[in-house]
Amino acid sequence: MKTESTLEKILASGNLAVTSECGPPRGAVPDKVKEKAEMLRGYVDAVNVTDNQTAMVRMSSFAACVIIKQMGMDPILQMVTRDRNRLAMQADILGAYAHGIDTMLCLSGDHPHFGDHPQAMNVHDIDSIQFVQMVHTMREKGTFQGGDDIINPPKMFIGAAANPFADPFELRVARLAKKAKAGADFVQTQCIYNLDKFETWMKGVVDRGLHEKVHVLAGVTPMKTAGMARYMKNKVPGMDVPDEIVDRMAGVPKEKQAEEGIKICVESIQRLKDVEGVSGFHIMAIEWEQKVPEIVKKAGLYPRPEIA
Amino acid sequence: MITAERKPLEEIIDSVKPFQRILLVGCNECVTVCAAGGRKEVGILASALQMNFMKAGQTIDIKELTLERQCDPEYVEELSTHMDQVDAVLSMACGCGVQEIARRYKDKPVLPAVNTKFMGASERQGVWAERCQGCGDCLLGLTGGICPIARCSKRLLNGPCGGSTNGKCEISPEVDCVWQLIWDRLKALGMEDRYEDIMPAKNWQTGRGGGPRKIIREDLAE
Amino acid sequence: MKQFEPVIVAFCCHYCAYTAADMAGSKRLSYPANVNIVRVPCSGKVDAIHLMKAFEKGADGVYVAGCLEGDCHFKNGNTKVARRVAYVKKLLDEIGIGGERLEMFYMSAGMGERFARVATEMTKKIRKLGPNPTKAMSTGNQGEAVA
Ligand code: SF4
Ligand code: SF4
Repeated sequence: MKTESTLEKILASGNLAVTSECGPPRGAVPDKVKEKAEMLRGYVDAVNVTDNQTAMVRMSSFAACVIIKQMGMDPILQMVTRDRNRLAMQADILGAYAHGIDTMLCLSGDHPHFGDHPQAMNVHDIDSIQFVQMVHTMREKGTFQGGDDIINPPKMFIGAAANPFADPFELRVARLAKKAKAGADFVQTQCIYNLDKFETWMKGVVDRGLHEKVHVLAGVTPMKTAGMARYMKNKVPGMDVPDEIVDRMAGVPKEKQAEEGIKICVESIQRLKDVEGVSGFHIMAIEWEQKVPEIVKKAGLYPRPEIA
Repeated sequence: MITAERKPLEEIIDSVKPFQRILLVGCNECVTVCAAGGRKEVGILASALQMNFMKAGQTIDIKELTLERQCDPEYVEELSTHMDQVDAVLSMACGCGVQEIARRYKDKPVLPAVNTKFMGASERQGVWAERCQGCGDCLLGLTGGICPIARCSKRLLNGPCGGSTNGKCEISPEVDCVWQLIWDRLKALGMEDRYEDIMPAKNWQTGRGGGPRKIIREDLAE
Repeated sequence: MKQFEPVIVAFCCHYCAYTAADMAGSKRLSYPANVNIVRVPCSGKVDAIHLMKAFEKGADGVYVAGCLEGDCHFKNGNTKVARRVAYVKKLLDEIGIGGERLEMFYMSAGMGERFARVATEMTKKIRKLGPNPTKAMSTGNQGEAVA
């Protein structure tokens, strides 16, 4: 094992891993973090904690991760290159590791343009691939990005994001290859609605043997309403929602749409389980965490394996 | 070139209000080309200010002048004969020109009349777009001659991010995704294999990160 | 009280509007004497600074008259100046002179009636707007649009 990470152990055991996410509150309310995390206890192997998601200020991922860790669960520290330079990033990684946080996700982050502080300067000192490289160097060489030795180097299990649906499609496998080369241990994908396209991408990944270098966790998000499906289709950059999904959501009465959304989500997981190279699932139920247990159970991913 | 845009008139009017005699100075270089602060714009601004004050029954004395190059001490010297007849200088040059005047004429307020924007190129008649951020260590040779530092919204050296859609950047359908452009160009050059080389984290010391910069050419410097 | 008589400057292209003015004259179509014609070799020759200076020197209204679309003798002088007119209109708004005092018109050499009508309508409109606000203090407020 490269790290102490529970997620690494689950993946190494050959079980399909399950992660979910928790968006910290927009205020100093620790109970909100606990409440969200508690809903996920026992149903997921690790909980992503977002970092100023959609460029809106929230409780820091680091602090929320500590709260979740203290609850005896396994948080995944998300960090974006938008808000921190390499000094701040490495400092926070040391701090997080000192609190027993051993799994993280390296991202570039949404542009501030989308958030509540469009006036803010974005940092982007390094990009997400260089970020993965940096955390990898900290772990494997025990040095900071600047070259100095680290006392007790943090051993992070390193995650990154992959979006098979963004353009240009022909670069999407190559980009995963770059992340693997940089040292990513796992990736969590963008929400998958276009399963055919995902399978095409995944075949490219498997053909190059990349799935043996980096674990691919397939991302899924249950839709609450037909409106949400339409919004995601038309308004979210890099999101691919086929018409069939929108039509299927719109085809049921409003009060049944949430149920239909869960059904679609579960069916997707069932189908994706059989796709070669898929090592697990990342269930992003945005402000709908209470539905995660149901999805996990219905998808046959429950109970979660006990790993010592 | 360095591009600029005239400030809103209201802001300019406010800034010159305390002064009676103004020396309005344009520049014949970049700001002329991007139609922000050349002789023409100086004339138009002078006329607009004049009318604005006439309207209120006031007068303002505006002397118009356009220098060959406002960022060059040699030309800025030409202003010296006018300085004792004016209360303030209103400059239509880029920030470099404004500062050159401030450096040379220590006791005269100098006000900017334009907002200096970026180093860019003309895309077509009347349209200018950002091209370079002067990082001090040009890597265009690796990126097909297209700069990701100046033109990627997230300054990714290993792009594109997951928001690239139909060749456009995630921040707006009006903005090209520079990594799509780079990729297309690498393909055209038969350099696709370059794509998977990881570009290492940039050393920003050669850029603004290293503090204010200076170039000294030993053979020319006096 | 004496009616306000505006000063109007019309930049007229030699190939169309200027000839149209001649035509109006020979047809004995009357148009207001307020309109002062400046002949230009092409409407595209009129620069923003000319429009500004006309107002600065006391014009109450200004217009540019160029050839019909596609008929410019120099390809597109008329569409170019139209954009300049739009630009100066905004500028005039910004300094409180009022962009509506400046207009762009198109006509052909044979449109004597149109020339006379444009001149009349523009004069009427400016008369209603009142004097150029830059003159307001010196001439005593005559118009309604004094800032
Ligand atoms: S790489 Fe640096 S120097 Fe070259 S164009 Fe981009 S910002 Fe300018
Ligand atoms: S969409 Fe393209 S240009 Fe925009 S941030 Fe992403 S990689 Fe950069």
